[in-house]
Amino acid sequence: MNAQASSAPSAETNTRNGAQVVIEVLREQGVEVVFGYPGGAVLPLYDELFKQDAVRHVLVRHEQGAVHAAEGYARSTGKVGVVLVTSGPGATNTVTGLTDALMDSVPVVCLTGQVPTHMIGNDAFQEADTVGITRPCTKHNYLVKRPEDLARVLHEAFEVARCGRPGPVVVDLPKNILMGPAPYCPRHAVRRRYAVRRDPDPRRIEEAVELLSRAERPIFYAGGGVINSGPRACELLTELVRETGYPITLTLMGLGAFPAEDPQFLGMVGMHGTYEANMAMYACDLMIAVGARFDDRVTGRLDGFSPGSRKIHIDIDPSSINKNVPVEVAVVGDAERSLEALLQAWRRRGLGSRRQAVAGWWAQIDRWRAVDSLRFRQEGEGIKPQHAIRRLYAFVKDKDPIITTDVGQHQMWAAQHFPIHKPLRWLTSGGLGTMGYGFPAAIGAQIAHPDKLVINISGDASWIMNMQEMSTAMQYRLPVKVFMINNRWMGMVRQWQDFFHGSRRAESYMDSLPDFVKLAEAFGATGLRATKASELDEVIAAMLETDGLVVADIQVDPVENVYPMIPGGAAHNEIKLSPEDDGVQEGISEEGMVLV
Amino acid sequence: MKAQEEERRHTICVLVDNEPGVLARVIGLFSGRGYNIDSLTVAEVDPRHKLSRINIVTSGTTFVIEQIKALLAKLVPVHEVQDLTVEGPHVARELALVKVLGDRERLVQALRIADFMHARLVDSTPGGLVFEVTGSSEEIDAFIDLVEPVEVSRAGVVAIGRGHSILGARETGEDG
Repeated sequence: MNAQASSAPSAETNTRNGAQVVIEVLREQGVEVVFGYPGGAVLPLYDELFKQDAVRHVLVRHEQGAVHAAEGYARSTGKVGVVLVTSGPGATNTVTGLTDALMDSVPVVCLTGQVPTHMIGNDAFQEADTVGITRPCTKHNYLVKRPEDLARVLHEAFEVARCGRPGPVVVDLPKNILMGPAPYCPRHAVRRRYAVRRDPDPRRIEEAVELLSRAERPIFYAGGGVINSGPRACELLTELVRETGYPITLTLMGLGAFPAEDPQFLGMVGMHGTYEANMAMYACDLMIAVGARFDDRVTGRLDGFSPGSRKIHIDIDPSSINKNVPVEVAVVGDAERSLEALLQAWRRRGLGSRRQAVAGWWAQIDRWRAVDSLRFRQEGEGIKPQHAIRRLYAFVKDKDPIITTDVGQHQMWAAQHFPIHKPLRWLTSGGLGTMGYGFPAAIGAQIAHPDKLVINISGDASWIMNMQEMSTAMQYRLPVKVFMINNRWMGMVRQWQDFFHGSRRAESYMDSLPDFVKLAEAFGATGLRATKASELDEVIAAMLETDGLVVADIQVDPVENVYPMIPGGAAHNEIKLSPEDDGVQEGISEEGMVLV
Repeated sequence: MKAQEEERRHTICVLVDNEPGVLARVIGLFSGRGYNIDSLTVAEVDPRHKLSRINIVTSGTTFVIEQIKALLAKLVPVHEVQDLTVEGPHVARELALVKVLGDRERLVQALRIADFMHARLVDSTPGGLVFEVTGSSEEIDAFIDLVEPVEVSRAGVVAIGRGHSILGARETGEDG
């Protein structure tokens, strides 16, 4: 048989095997790339992948990396990311990535191999109860036990992954289902049984505009849901914010939904958000939450959260509304459609800019801004991590880069000091806080955008967690730039130990770190190092000029801490601005100490 | 604040696709988020469309109950969620099998109680009786209290709305 034609059925018999059906679904769903790792149970699928050209496979070096790469692909394109792994350990290794995708609402379809149906439950070699294990960490999951279900389930999996609030979906594929004959069912023939309300209730929109038109101290508070809704939603948000003349803050996941250098942007909100954003959230009389979920990193202590405000909450997920914080106006709907409706209602009323009407509020915000809560002192030859990130920004700001981060201090400094101007440019692990996310996510983003500058701002401890993916980056000649803020600590762990555990730095020192330059070279990549402030610009320039994968080891001040900080269990107005601020340790309650 | 609000018992009915794992999803939702299940029953009610009905009795503040309903409605195999406690009058019934062992006098006493409480004798062996009792949970509690059984098997609450309130599969489809 002709290799190219093998996944097409012969017209007379219409017999495909299950693996060919999987490939056909991927093609019909417009999947260009699959991130995966082969193994016994999925060999029939790899055999079919081998025979065709429509779907590209990217071989990762660990299945966790496959899911994060698919997340990076999805978050930088808005499309569904696809993962293919084998049964047993292949499937269990995806659990962290799936949980990450669930927490951050990333559309991912993860195909897992499974032992043949007649062996399920027998503790067969490389058998795991994949649907049991992944049930709580997916939006939905399936075990395909009958060939006639295969195509329908796969199409539905894509639908569920991208519909409404996106999320990860697992489809567990027993080997005999992949090998045996299976009928095909085109996408349009699948009956939809999963629907989500997208259009907002017009009455709620009117109520919202009514509150908006009378607010004296308003603030927009937008999150990752706006980015998930699409670039148009971000444009509409920007228009609405500009037309109203009101201030806006963004969550960690929302960065890029509104241009960061716009004067109406107050910076990020939350535990390490700016003073002006947190104080404005505390003191506002109207909060307009869009695609944000009142996460504990944002709210701080709930009974001290924005006590004097009325709240409008726009979200596509009804279970996100009134979950942590009760709101006055609940708008269930897609962010794009809701913002469109809100903007139209605003224009219909001919309200125009209320910037002058809320001039007193802006004056107050300017006083908070004058505190300059992100200040730091770069002196001498030691490199302050904030300075390193600001220099990086100065070099690349006109290149429209995609930034991925790992988790910890460097992540917060990147969020604070690297302004993001557009959606789909900021990929970070927010909800789960997965160290090791950033590098494979950068690989996924680079696969999706071969000509774009993709930078993984990382930390030494996080980066080591998935550094095996250097091999993947080398194989596919991906010019990812790793900008490693190396402080030789698990910096955020060390910061909490210093603040809340009497500076007993238990197990947070990164002893025996590798020589990252040599490590990069061992993989065939380029390693660079800056140990002094005077070397920084040169290293950044070299990193950007060097082709291919570059790992830049930026050795920074090891004891710098992230400020501002709202300690666990504190309210927004109890924010600590600097080490000189009254001792954080005494300020935290017993209840606060149990929070993470 | 919501923490001080009183917890209340709710009877929630859920119409689901009868497919593998659907009960695990519902139970996992409760256990994973720390909600209580006081009683749970499940059975297929529409074989033609392969639909099952799950009746759940749970307790929580209004906040928690609203959250439970929203989370249930989000599950892919769930067609409809109905909170009978909120949505109007309904009837709720439970079935129990109640075993009493003892001497003749004790069994005669149990038969008398069963008679006036409308429990049915469904099995009789030397020295032992099994009664079937249906009614509200309170009626079953009362019967059990009176006959002092050695063993009880309860089916859990099944409930249904009165009049025109119907839990039925709505046609799903994207609203544009």
